[in-house]
Amino acid sequence: MGGAAPPAGGDVIRLDQVRKQYGSFVAVDNADFSIGRGEFFAMLGPSGCGKTTTLKMIAGFEQPTSGRVLLEGVDVSAVPPYKRNVNTVFQQYALFPHMTVADNIAFGPRSKKIADAEIKKRVGDMLDVVRLSEFANRRPAQLSGGQQQRVALARALVNYPSALLLDEPLAALDLKLREAMQIELKRIQREVEITFVFVTHDQGEALTMSDRIAVMSQGVVEQIGSATDIYKRPQSLFVAGFIGSANLLPAVVVQGDSAGAAFDFWGGGRITVKSDHVNAAVALTAGEQVTVMLRPEHLHVTGTQPAGESLAATVTDIVFQGASVRIVARLANGTEVTAVVAGDADLPFLRPDSSVWLSWNPDAPYVLDGWPSVAGATTTNVDSIEASL
Amino acid sequence: MNPTTRLATVASQPERVGLGVMLALALGAVALGAKWVSGPGAAVVAALMLAAVIGLIWVAFVGGLETRRALAPYGLLKPGVLWLSLFFLAPLWSMVVMSLSSKQSRFDFFPSFSWEWDNYRTALTDFRPQFLRSFGYAAIATLLTILIGFPLAYVIAFRGGKYRNILLGLVVVPFFTSYLIRTLAWGNILADEGPVVSIFDNLGLTGVLESLNIMDNGKLLNTPAAVIGGLTYNFLPFMVLPIYVSLEKIDPRLVDAAMDLYSSASAAFRKIVVPLALPGIFAGSLLVFIPAAGDFVNAQFLGNPQTTMIGNSIQDQFLRQLNYPVASAMSFVLMFIITVAVLVYTKFMGTEDLA
Repeated sequence: MGGAAPPAGGDVIRLDQVRKQYGSFVAVDNADFSIGRGEFFAMLGPSGCGKTTTLKMIAGFEQPTSGRVLLEGVDVSAVPPYKRNVNTVFQQYALFPHMTVADNIAFGPRSKKIADAEIKKRVGDMLDVVRLSEFANRRPAQLSGGQQQRVALARALVNYPSALLLDEPLAALDLKLREAMQIELKRIQREVEITFVFVTHDQGEALTMSDRIAVMSQGVVEQIGSATDIYKRPQSLFVAGFIGSANLLPAVVVQGDSAGAAFDFWGGGRITVKSDHVNAAVALTAGEQVTVMLRPEHLHVTGTQPAGESLAATVTDIVFQGASVRIVARLANGTEVTAVVAGDADLPFLRPDSSVWLSWNPDAPYVLDGWPSVAGATTTNVDSIEASL
Repeated sequence: MNPTTRLATVASQPERVGLGVMLALALGAVALGAKWVSGPGAAVVAALMLAAVIGLIWVAFVGGLETRRALAPYGLLKPGVLWLSLFFLAPLWSMVVMSLSSKQSRFDFFPSFSWEWDNYRTALTDFRPQFLRSFGYAAIATLLTILIGFPLAYVIAFRGGKYRNILLGLVVVPFFTSYLIRTLAWGNILADEGPVVSIFDNLGLTGVLESLNIMDNGKLLNTPAAVIGGLTYNFLPFMVLPIYVSLEKIDPRLVDAAMDLYSSASAAFRKIVVPLALPGIFAGSLLVFIPAAGDFVNAQFLGNPQTTMIGNSIQDQFLRQLNYPVASAMSFVLMFIITVAVLVYTKFMGTEDLA
């Protein structure tokens, strides 16, 4: 796991070989990473991957079966939630329906027996931060979804926690509001300078907001890194398929060394790649099974064979999406790939069943170890998409 | 205006027609039930009521879809309104009249209306102990049903899991047996030779319970404790069910949220669960207190002459002394006090902003 190191300023949270088991089911297996001060950290993965369980162990609602959870360097594995200086924004907000917005926000400080004048000031400040000052005396039921969400945020942040834990906080909002709230969350995080740990199954959310992302699958942390890191250099086939859309093409090693390597595609065609675009796990011995990842937006579609490496394909579908055009094409061996080109590109030769050539820039492909379970575009196989959700 | 146009004008205001006919029918039913009219007069009233119904049907028939839609709510209300007018409002009126009546001479068989306010004085002075006892017993029983019912409802709502519906069913099961039989069975259970007394005897608790005024001379039956116990037992489901309903609506994550915000489990219970269960406790208290205050079965079978409740006294005045005027006055005093108590309770406990 060659994840980028957390930023300077020290660790706020450290998971030390944490494992959580329910009976024989392993929910989280050997989670071992740190989250730095002021970081916006996302845990991303399909449902059941263990991300929420990990968050609950940090919050204190679950205890690890083995391993330790450290908060500000102190082992809190057995400390109950109300004695941990972290606060959670719950999925459906869990606002107290019998209290006003102001009382909801004041709940934490009151439990801590902070002086009334100080509470009043803090609540006022927090209402300003989330821009809800004029709603202080409303009940949660009188607020819209986005407003409730911000109350939940204020209720947690008013305690100045070491870290704020957010459990799918935007899942209940509709698309436009969700996009606006992503920016709002980022603004608030910069303003309060508190560590945010964010659980989501929505990769767009994770990519937009996070400094670092931990991609999880079946209880295992597959990769930790920045958004670009994870997108451009996935460490596993799961990450490659889960983040963005990708064409995963099975291939075998022809030959390779420190300068670069050549691979034969399964079904014909050759590709050469610079060595820094080959994952460290790939053994460069001839005949080794590898996967070449080509992102749809990196594929060029031409009507005539271009100079350099390319693959012949037949167009099966053309979808106009406004800003872009998505082209689905079938390779000679039947594998479906997708290419995304600019919406205003002039492509008169493009028609269903027309023959085209797919080519790429030399720094576009990335090579991973092993063959994918489903060859070709990750976006065209309904079953594998459903399985990943 | 010729009659047809006039009818057409009326038919164009179907809500007024519906409401008017409904109120007229209610008034007619009370008039018949309370015997404001009799003989040929009653026949006329009945005929007018029938005519009103037929007229209304005619209006609906000629009025078209809009009219029928406007009349529908009143049509649906009519059976209930008629039933309650005839069997609730009319007798209530008769009782008002009766409570202000007296026998003008000792040869009168029926009392007659005479603004006899003295009946109320008698009800309030002669039966003061019974009134006080009734409200005291009912209040204690209500408190006990909260103390017993809340934990029960809590466990069913939050820990019931897949057994939730079975447990709720068990709460209701006693209703399959008659109220009277269950109370009589309690008599057997609490009897001097019964299991409860013998267990207390064997544990040597009798002395302690006597000093707490729960037992009396080694007896459990025929004590105030037995009456209150019977009331508590009989009305417990009316407390459990509303509390369950309000607890069941509480998102368990609210408790998580409170604990996340530095509240211990007990503080979270106090600040979140109890306030959110208040509407249920409120509804349950009314459902228990009101019938318990007017109950006479428990005092009759589990009590002694010193534990008579107002229900017993009213029953006695009505059925044994045949003193209808005072019995009616007592009933009205009971109704009045309960109404005032409920209004005061609603004022302080009312949780309409949670509904």
